[in-house]
Amino acid sequence: MNDEVYVVGVDMLKFGRFPDRTVPDLGAEAALLALDDAGLDIRQMQALYCGNLFQANGMVGQRILQQIGQTGIPVVNCANACATGATAFREAWMSIKAGVHDVALAVGVEQMGRGLLGGGGGNAGIPTEGLLGGGTMPTVFAEAGMEHSRKHGTTFEQFAKVSVKNHHHSTMNPKAMYQVETPLETVMNAEMISYPNTKLMCSVNVDGSAAAVLCSGRKVRELGLTDRAVRIRASALTSDPWQERNLVMPDVNTCTRIAADAAYEQAGVGPEDLDLVELHDCFATAEILHYENLGLCADGEGGRFIDEGHATLGGRTPVNLSGGLLSKGHPLGATGIANIYEVVTHLRGNAGARQVDGARLGLTHVIGLGSACAIHILERV
Amino acid sequence: MTAPSTTHTSKPAVDYLKIPATGEPYLAGCVCDSCGATYTGTRKVCAHCSARGQMRDIRLAEHGRLYSYAIVHRSFPGIEVPFISAVVDLDGGGTLKGNLMDIEADPEKIQFDMPVRVVFRDALGRKDKDGNHYLSYFFVPAD
Repeated sequence: MNDEVYVVGVDMLKFGRFPDRTVPDLGAEAALLALDDAGLDIRQMQALYCGNLFQANGMVGQRILQQIGQTGIPVVNCANACATGATAFREAWMSIKAGVHDVALAVGVEQMGRGLLGGGGGNAGIPTEGLLGGGTMPTVFAEAGMEHSRKHGTTFEQFAKVSVKNHHHSTMNPKAMYQVETPLETVMNAEMISYPNTKLMCSVNVDGSAAAVLCSGRKVRELGLTDRAVRIRASALTSDPWQERNLVMPDVNTCTRIAADAAYEQAGVGPEDLDLVELHDCFATAEILHYENLGLCADGEGGRFIDEGHATLGGRTPVNLSGGLLSKGHPLGATGIANIYEVVTHLRGNAGARQVDGARLGLTHVIGLGSACAIHILERV
Repeated sequence: MTAPSTTHTSKPAVDYLKIPATGEPYLAGCVCDSCGATYTGTRKVCAHCSARGQMRDIRLAEHGRLYSYAIVHRSFPGIEVPFISAVVDLDGGGTLKGNLMDIEADPEKIQFDMPVRVVFRDALGRKDKDGNHYLSYFFVPAD
């Protein structure tokens, strides 16, 4: 058993579109960056946990080692929808926590196509999209947002403000896909995809990768990495408990709430202690739900939370300072490690113009539809 | 709102839409006698309470209320837009997703909890590679 597990190295590629590169190539680059950040070598890694969704049967982790050093270590390839990267990170954490390893590498990587995700389905010989309602991701999350509207009166404008905020934050993040201020009128007048989500309220499909080196407390001291180390105070993973509308309406709320409860309990902290949060804004509608699901505000107060600027840099709990999935971009398998990069960067005081002053405690959250929720709480030591 | 002309020669768009040789089409579901959870289609074990051997076949109601929706303006290539993707709680249990028809695709016109009716119509002219017609279910505002 290892009581304490730390992140000692972490990095990500600037997200973008790299059609001429391969998934292992992108993953290998992030892996080397994270190793460099830790000042360690692939020969010191005792295991690799690799997250990738669209080549889940493609042994991506081994193909990364073929590029950076085939040392014979155990490799686990995992896929868990948009929670894929966070799941790989958590597997590395568990292996160290269990005392099986003292140093492990986690990589998340994805190459995305363009266009709408989701849909498919139906066992008839005809397409069911637009026949049995809609199954695209913008539609699924529009319906989740409208559920919030029916309960709390949340407006199209409030949802749109999330996108304005996250685009604003990304102007200060050189690793985001976009660095463009995007005013409210621009967001609301963009092409409507699935009301109430316009095109600028949908995450950006990009390619990218991120990686982290995790280490036991004993090994951190042995390697002299205390200055680089950020403590993992909690790691929680849940699936979606039964809900009466599950068959047609994936529930991203309950799995987040039980993961948050578990994470806060593990860490012995509450949402009021957090200095920043990177949460799963796959669509602007989703972010407001998660303010409440993570306890950043009371139920029904999510609309006010965005209106009053509490989630903006300088606010009570800044959310998605990286620009979030809406502007930094969302390479599915990489997202759950890229958000850890963002939080660690703040905890180390290296976040430049978007730095949260004196940041000590941060939370990352991802949702894989279907559903999986992963939450990590990280602390500066 | 009229009965479909192709009912008895069409195939069902989903397996829980039943088209009897005689009589009207209906939606098949099941209810757990242990906890009361209701599902579309059939199943062996209850996902809610995990009871085995407690699922009883039922016919789902053809009336319900609009729980949530989205208005889809962009979909996959070839899919006609806009359409309203509606989540409907059926009276007596069970939730379905489907197209809400015969109402303007305008959030000002669509009310949460508005009563809706299930109707069975041809599947928007969609045919499989063998040329078979399909019957689907849709929602329309209830009078």
